[in-house]
Amino acid sequence: MDLNIIWFLLIGILIAGYAILDGFDLGVGVLYLFARSEEERRVHLNAIGPVWDGNEVWLLTAGGALFAAFPIVYGTVFSAFYLAFVLLLVGLIFRAVSFEFRGKVESSLWKRVWDWAFGLGSLVPAILLGVAVGNILMGLPLDEQGHFTGSFLGLLNPFALLVGTLSLSLFLMHGALYMSLKTQGEVQERMALWAKGSWFAMILIFLGATSAAIFAAPHLFANASDHPSLWLVALLLLLAAVYIPVALGGSRFLRAFLSSAATIFFMVGLIGAGLFPRLVPSSTDLSYSLTLYNGSSSQATLGAMLIIALLGMPLVLAYTAFVYWIFKGKVAISEESY
Amino acid sequence: MEIVLLSRLQFAMTVGFHFIFPPITIGLGWLILMMETLGWLKKDESYVRLAMFFARLFALTFAVGVASGIVMEFQFGMNWAEYSKFVGDIFGAPLAAEGVFAFFLESTFLGLYLFGRKKVSKGVHWFSALIVATGSTLSAFWILVANSWQQTPAGFVIRNNRAELTDFWAAVFNPSTLPRFFHTVDAALITGAFLVAGVGAYLIVKNKEPELGKKAVRLAVIFGLAVSLLELFPFGHESARQVAETQPAKFAALQGLYETKAQAPIALFAIPTYPPPKLKAAIEIPGVLSWLTFGNVHTPVTGIDAFAEDEVPPLFLTFVSYHNMVILGLFFIGIMSLAALQLWRKKLWENRFLLKLLVFSIPLPILACELGWIAAEVGRQPWIVYRLMRTAEGLSFTVPAGDVLFSFFLFGLIYLCLGGLYVFLLLLEIRRGPEPAKAKEAE
Repeated sequence: MDLNIIWFLLIGILIAGYAILDGFDLGVGVLYLFARSEEERRVHLNAIGPVWDGNEVWLLTAGGALFAAFPIVYGTVFSAFYLAFVLLLVGLIFRAVSFEFRGKVESSLWKRVWDWAFGLGSLVPAILLGVAVGNILMGLPLDEQGHFTGSFLGLLNPFALLVGTLSLSLFLMHGALYMSLKTQGEVQERMALWAKGSWFAMILIFLGATSAAIFAAPHLFANASDHPSLWLVALLLLLAAVYIPVALGGSRFLRAFLSSAATIFFMVGLIGAGLFPRLVPSSTDLSYSLTLYNGSSSQATLGAMLIIALLGMPLVLAYTAFVYWIFKGKVAISEESY
Repeated sequence: MEIVLLSRLQFAMTVGFHFIFPPITIGLGWLILMMETLGWLKKDESYVRLAMFFARLFALTFAVGVASGIVMEFQFGMNWAEYSKFVGDIFGAPLAAEGVFAFFLESTFLGLYLFGRKKVSKGVHWFSALIVATGSTLSAFWILVANSWQQTPAGFVIRNNRAELTDFWAAVFNPSTLPRFFHTVDAALITGAFLVAGVGAYLIVKNKEPELGKKAVRLAVIFGLAVSLLELFPFGHESARQVAETQPAKFAALQGLYETKAQAPIALFAIPTYPPPKLKAAIEIPGVLSWLTFGNVHTPVTGIDAFAEDEVPPLFLTFVSYHNMVILGLFFIGIMSLAALQLWRKKLWENRFLLKLLVFSIPLPILACELGWIAAEVGRQPWIVYRLMRTAEGLSFTVPAGDVLFSFFLFGLIYLCLGGLYVFLLLLEIRRGPEPAKAKEAE
């Protein structure tokens, strides 16, 4: 266990944390497009209103940590994904401002514009994040110096797009489960239906993507044969995923949501287990891959960063949990609400 | 269009747009805390109503700040990949620290502050306001640590074709971090003060809750005078001295000093021309620059002539932005002094001219902030890390120029729309005014 491995794990935790927290924000944003009334729309906005911003910070921190711990990877990947990230950013920009802008003018045209901005601003990132992950899993065309030699269109390959639909269905399910916690009556029933439907889609796509990966990204399975203990991650993933409809069946919405969070966590874990010790496999030649050793910062920086993480993250988890606890319970529209 | 220029323009545009908002939220955050504190200590509901009113402006500003801020985090890797790889060992850590220590704090507790007033005790709610202000200030600290390292790199060694960290604290507290931190945060406090003073003055002039307006103006003018004075001395002075000591080419460009000389003059007004570097129509006071910089009229100040032509920043833009920033800074001291004087003589509320001037001055600190930044960053050219890496060397070489052209126009268009909408909505909220006081509850 060295600093590079610790940081590999920490980046994974930050990515998992982002997916678990902003994942349901994005899912709720997509569900928003199907809301049936003004009141229902406001319920969606206020279900995530007090927490979405803190959730999004996990993305910024994951990016910042990647920059600090693995700057070669950060530079290579972020420039390789240039246009995709431009679209991702545009989505996130519109999602962010929609909350505040929407309610300020009493006009149905105004509200409709921001409804689309909010919904699409959630849909586009939900898909593109998966497309990005799919490309990393498959590997990018990297030359001997680790330079990206591909193109934007090359990133829109079938496997990556499939993983994009996986992230969409995953976040949709996760968002619907969160909404089932925050709503009641007819809306809650509909959210449970959404959750069941997207769970089903998610399972199918996951199985499809994993099968496709055997051909598109065989290097991901090398670790599993060398370290059978990694099958434990797959088993935990299976258990968490399978429990979701079980919990839903008994209307145990909190358990279903927590299982969904665990599903996301173990899915990220599985990705890490497959990639290790590479961060970005090279589809040109595996030996050109960016690894957690050739893509990392110096030991001094990794050490300093670890201290920052150990000081900061427990605090973050504590006060985040506190704020979630303050806002627990069903959504109630009041005069401060969006 | 040439990719270096495009990437630089895009960065300038995105960061210039982004930087409209944090000074407002940092300054306003502290002022809102003061209002909440006064409301609590004096048991005065009108301060709480003021805080809630300004909180609506704060939330609007914060949203656009966050939206434009995410772009910055990504842009280093997207457009400046070679830079990221070269300095990531040192530059990445403050950015990650900004996330861990500052962004989480301000974003999480803002949710509590905006939506949790009725759900938690007065103490906890007040605390959330404190944390929002603290978090945003810490965010300024960490990003300034990163940017200051670009200006005065320290605590590193060149190894493995990149800058590698040797001393964390030396890198964080490099020679320019503290002067720039105090100067920038104080600039944000001035921005907040002028916003509150201007909005308060508006409420008085339009006779919309004038009593609330008076309380806002009183608070903002006293606070604004103090921070405007501090911004010149010691903060502005220390900032300038730091540049003179560690970045002499930049200092010469800022001051328009094209020949190294003793008894170096300060230029009150001039039009820089090039080539060769010359000041036209200059109004100068001899000796003042040497004296201000080194405390001695006879000490020579290094001029542009001491540097090779390819190591000198764009002279016109650097000079003009710096000088106009200073003029604005002096104006801020002037108007706040006048307002404070009238306040003391109990004549401010009848002085409609001065009140209207306060209203129209609201955007001026934002302009000053932008000018200061232009001076700082353009003045640093041609370096992306001073004397270590040139801006042109830091580009992402694998991104086609067409992609950058596309993103430049896309972000430009979006920011134009968002900027316009922001101003529209801000004015709408200000015109709406504070929420009416609650009817007294039956005892």
